[in-house]
Amino acid sequence: MSDVKPRVRIPKSAKKGDVVEIKSLIEHKMETGQRKGKDGKKIPRKIINRFECKFNGNLVFASDWHPAVSAYPYLAFHFRAEESGEFEFKWIEDGGAEYTKKAKLKVS
Amino acid sequence: MTETQLTLSRRQALKGVSAFALTLVAAGLLAPGAHADAAAVDAAIKKLVKGTPEEGKIKLDLPQIAENGNTVPVAFEVDSPMSKDDYVKTVHLFAEGNPSPEVASFHFTPQSGMARASTRMRMAGTQNVVVVAEMSNGKVYMAKQQVKVTIGGCGG
Repeated sequence: MSDVKPRVRIPKSAKKGDVVEIKSLIEHKMETGQRKGKDGKKIPRKIINRFECKFNGNLVFASDWHPAVSAYPYLAFHFRAEESGEFEFKWIEDGGAEYTKKAKLKVS
Repeated sequence: MTETQLTLSRRQALKGVSAFALTLVAAGLLAPGAHADAAAVDAAIKKLVKGTPEEGKIKLDLPQIAENGNTVPVAFEVDSPMSKDDYVKTVHLFAEGNPSPEVASFHFTPQSGMARASTRMRMAGTQNVVVVAEMSNGKVYMAKQQVKVTIGGCGG
């Protein structure tokens, strides 16, 4: 699925101890499995069922999703900046496909 | 004469009432298959969370009226120092009137800094949104709020 596009917005830099907001969105239809196609058959479920955020390799935040999460799922959460490093964001789709995005944070 | 008429009308009235009651029973029997309800949410909470939820600690940020049930903004914040030995572990989000009660779970760590998150959810119709927070010390808190939905978001 080449039309699935992950996006993340974080501040480029932060002061040590600051709590920064991380905004994420992935362009994904989040097919619920409840909808019927033109042929009257149910369209099979295909959603992002898990989101993970790692910082310097450590899992710092995660979220499990059900079909009730809207299409183009948006999620904002927070992170306490202690040292410079790199975030790795991962979205996992039904069936196991993964979409990732990285972002650097400079802490002074 | 007047009395007969009265009796008749009373009988008719009673018939009407019982027919209405039957309809209610039938609707009640059919409903659980189509949508979750408060009991389904309670069952889902019991499955995911140990302990009895208390009120408090959770601040919800939900619209009172949502025009589009396909994408309703939801945000919550749990009061916690988010330190190594006192933090919010997991927050679960439930909907009482959707085809299934679970919406999402959010797993925090002390590194989160604050136990706040916002997202967008689908809502089939006017219903209660329930948020349950599990703390690192095993305590459980719960908050509930109704959202009126103009156009449902689970259309098939």
